[in-house]
Formats: sequence, C-alpha cells, structure tokens
Amino acid sequence: MTDTADDTPRLHRARGGRLVAGVGAGLARHLGIDPVVTRLALLALGIGGIGIAVYVVLVFFVPVEPEADPDTPAAEPGAEQRRKGRDISQLLAYIALAGGLGVLFLVFGGVFDPLLWLLVFGALGATILWQQANPAQRDEWMSTTAFHSRTGWARTGAGVLLVVIGVIGFLIFQQQLHEARAGLTFAIAMLAGISMIVAPWIVGLVRERDRERRERIRNQERAELAAHIHDSVLHTLTLIQRRAEDPREVQRLARVQERALRSWLYQRPADAETTVTPALERAAAEVEEAHGVPIDVVCVGDCPIDDTVHAGLRAAREAMVNASKYAGTDTISVYGEVDAEEVLIFVRDRGHGFDLDAIPEDRMGVRGSIIGRMERHGGSARIRTAPGEGTEVQLRMPRPTDPA
Amino acid sequence: MGDDNSSTFADGATPRVVIVDDHRLFRSGVRGELGDAVDVIGEAGDVDAAVRVIAETRPDLVLLDVHLPGGGGAEVLRRVLPQHPEIRFLALSVSDAAEDVIGVVRGGARGYVTKTISGRELADAIVRVADGDAVFSPRLAGFVLDAFSATDAPPMDPELDRLTQREREVLRLIARGYAYKEVAKELFISVKTVETHVSSVLRKLQLSNRHELSRWATARKLV
Repeated sequence: MTDTADDTPRLHRARGGRLVAGVGAGLARHLGIDPVVTRLALLALGIGGIGIAVYVVLVFFVPVEPEADPDTPAAEPGAEQRRKGRDISQLLAYIALAGGLGVLFLVFGGVFDPLLWLLVFGALGATILWQQANPAQRDEWMSTTAFHSRTGWARTGAGVLLVVIGVIGFLIFQQQLHEARAGLTFAIAMLAGISMIVAPWIVGLVRERDRERRERIRNQERAELAAHIHDSVLHTLTLIQRRAEDPREVQRLARVQERALRSWLYQRPADAETTVTPALERAAAEVEEAHGVPIDVVCVGDCPIDDTVHAGLRAAREAMVNASKYAGTDTISVYGEVDAEEVLIFVRDRGHGFDLDAIPEDRMGVRGSIIGRMERHGGSARIRTAPGEGTEVQLRMPRPTDPA
Repeated sequence: MGDDNSSTFADGATPRVVIVDDHRLFRSGVRGELGDAVDVIGEAGDVDAAVRVIAETRPDLVLLDVHLPGGGGAEVLRRVLPQHPEIRFLALSVSDAAEDVIGVVRGGARGYVTKTISGRELADAIVRVADGDAVFSPRLAGFVLDAFSATDAPPMDPELDRLTQREREVLRLIARGYAYKEVAKELFISVKTVETHVSSVLRKLQLSNRHELSRWATARKLV
C-alpha cells in the first residue's frame, strides 16, 4: 500500500491529535482514513486480545513522528482550542484504558496479586527505557550535555530500577527464594561478563562519536569563518582594487572593514545599545560609514543609558555629522567620560572652524539638534570654535543620583 | 614640540631605529613612511631575532610590535632592558586591547601608538621618545584614566597609586585628541611641563603595584 502513492505519509506515531500513544491517529494518517475508524478497529480487535498485542508492538516499533520544523508556523489558528479538546479526550481514553486494565485485574485473581504488580513494574520500566532510547530523544540523550542532565539520569535510573524490581520480584515469586538467589548470582555473573566484553567496544563507539561531533563542529566553524571572510574581507579587497584611484574611498572602505572585522572578532557579550561606550562607538561607526571621515573614539568609564544620556548621544552624533560634513578635516576625535556625577562627551576636529554668531537663526543643526536638545534634557552644550581653529563640541549630562 | 630644549634629536640629529614586527610588509611600509626622518638600522620579525639585532646594533629606539611570535613585545622588553636600560622602546599595535597596551607599557615601553598612525606622526613620536619623553595615544590616555579612576580601595602607595589633578587634566586633553602643544596652550603651561606630567604618569603606570591595574586589564580582556 505504501508504494501506491508518493504522497502517502510514512507510518509514524502521531505527535498531535493522539489519544493514547498515537498509534491510531498515525495509522489513520498513513492510510488516509479517519482516525475514528482505525481506533474502533483496534478496539474491536482489542476485545479479542490480539488488538492489544498489535497496539503494544506498534508502540514499540513505529517511530514517533519527527517534530515539526520550528521555522514553519505549524500552529494553525485553532490549535490552542483543539489542544484543550484533545487533552480531555486523551484523559478519557486513559481512564478507559485504566478501567480496562482494572477489569483484567479483577478477572485474573484480584488487584492485590503481587505477581501482576511486578509485571506492571517491569512493563513501566521497559516503557520508560524504550522512550528514552527512541530516535528523536536519543540524540539529545546521548549528546554530552544532555547526558549529564539530571532528568535524563533520573528517568534512566527509574526505568532500570523498575525493570530490576519487576524481574527480580518475578523470579523470587515464581521460584523458591534460595533457588532464585542461585539464579540471580548466575545472571549477575553473566551480565558482568557480558558488560566486560562489551564495555570497551561501547566506550570506543562513544569516543568515535564524540570525535566526529567535534570534527563536525570544527568544520562548521571553519565554514562560517570562510563564509564571513569571503562575504566581507574579500569583497572589500575587490572594491579597494577597483577604486584604487580614489584614496579617500579606499581609506573609507578599509576603515569600515577593519571596524566590522574587529567587532566580529572581539564581539561584546552584552547588547551594544545598553551602555554609553558601545553606543558611542556604534554612533561613530555609523557616521564614519555615512560620511567617510575617520572617527577615533576613546571612552573612560561606562554607565547605562537613560533619557538624558540618550539625548546626549544623539547630540554627539549630530556633532560628528557636522564635523564630517563641514570641517573639511581628515580625522575627528570623540572622547566620552563617565564619572560619578556626570557624563561628558567631547567631539573635536581640527578643521575650518566657524564663527558661531554668524550662523543664521533658522539653521537647525547646531542650535536645535545640539544645544536645544541638551538643554531640554537637563544637560548643557558648549561649542568652542573659531575660524581656522577647529571645533570642539562639549556635551555635559548630569547623572541621576542613584540611591543604590 | 621640543622648541626650547637642548636635546639631540629634536635639533635635527636622526635617531637610529630598529623595527621589530612580524609582518614584513608592515616593516617595509614603516621604513618607507619614515623616510629620512629616522635612520632605520635593523629589522627583526620575532623575539629572538629582535634581542639579537638590538644587542648588535645598539639603536637609540626600538619600534616594537606588541604581538610577536615567541612571547610578544613584553618578552623583548624583559630580555633587553636589564642589559641595555638606555634603549628606548615605542610600542606599536593594531589590537588596542587594554591588557596588551598596559602590559607592554608596564614592561618598560615609553609610549604606545596604534598602527593606523600617519608616517609624520610616527616620526614625531619616535623623536619624542628617543629624547626621553613619553608618548601617549588618545586611547592609551583613556586606558590610564580608566585604570586610575574609580578607587574604592585606599591606595597602597599614595605617591604612585594616584594621579594628581594636573596629570588627570593633561591625560583628559590627550584623550580628547589634543596634541601636547594644544594641551599646553589649553592649560597655560609649557610643552615641557606637559611632557613632565606625561612622563610622571608613565612612571606611575610602570611602578604602581595597584592591583586594580592588573585586575582592570583582565576584566577588559574582551575589549
């Protein structure tokens, strides 16, 4: 049946829309029919006993449906409601299952028959172990990090314990105790022997797997580095060769690339926009990229950005833009200092300079974006300049007195 | 600079320089940029070669890359300075990482500049250091201010562990991109006084045992 159509899904146990273990739903999806039909069929077979066996076998041997790709929005609008509905029907199904088992217990000699409980223990333990070893989880379970995870160990331990209790209990119960002991000793000796034979092989396998994993990670890193260098550095070098006759452009390209590479190599762990130093460096990098004048940033101290400081950073950025555009200089120095009471930012160039009083009232650049902005936010701005002397914009922002 | 002093190199004598850097391309670039301003008498590409060349040629100044195969610039300083304390070192680096800069300056270099410095500025810095002054780039000034600020712990040696108000002012102006001449004009002092302040900061930086210095450099490792 599977080979009749290409679009027949492989037989998986369903992850969503299942009642007990997803066999019914998975089977229905595989056959392309309504799950109610397969469920009723299993139930009908189950009355004869064969259905239960089939179900159990399918639970063990049919893999769980692989998890949906997180990138594709698998959740349709009504998913949440359906999940809730499924929970209730699943609960009902489990109750029915428990009821069925209870009836079986009553039929075969009462709830308190210890033999039955031992069987249940063994079955539970086996189920847990099997669940642990299923392909979807095994990778996670085997990976070095998850291997140390407490839940993984706890589950495995519980499973082993339950199986051991079940088996030993069964042995003890079935035979006389001393016979059982002899059997147990024999079994344990056998197990020890087998594990001694198998252990080196398993250890070798695990090492091999770790080595391959490391190799793969290294290859990935190498590929990433190669991709990065290809995308950025080689690209820039090509551009530089093509623009060789324009020294200014070549310098700009080199600076931009240097900055990009530097930030890639010495990436800061924290986000770049939360404290003064990285924010100032970022602003300088952006202005430099936009206007092609190198900007050197030196910062002393650091603090988080609040509204006032934010305004100061905007003003500093404006000052850098002005210097890049009008000063006609080949380098701009930016110095930021954070001390206990205030944040200071100086933007300095050695360019033309200008006569501050000669600026018309309607020019927004200096008055609005720098002086006005600073004053609105409780800071202050001073501009020192004269024709031929260069310009220095000094920004002062008080820091909120922090009681902590 | 050096307008009213009687030192040799500022008066026109060319300092004899050894360039230590592991990139040959960079060495020849620097050689070309410096031109006639200095007399390049030797080159070396790693620590052992540097120690040998310096011992053979006895230069006035060594232009020292911070990152070198065989232990880095600090190793060269450690092996050369005890025998030849008269040789001056100017550190050069692309990295700008605080622990490199502070490490090499504490190792005995009398200045630090980045490799992006222009040829004229570099020649200027070489002459200055060869004359016995200290050369701080804006970034180094920023590092030093950072390292000496925020003292919660009482200094172990107040003489060495604190900057004076004046030294702090000088450093701040240097960090703001002022040349020594401009600093002098701004503070109404002579260039010579500025140089004295910077040298005294350098001495404090090299001799201070402030544990903040090393701790700060470690904390800044990822800069």
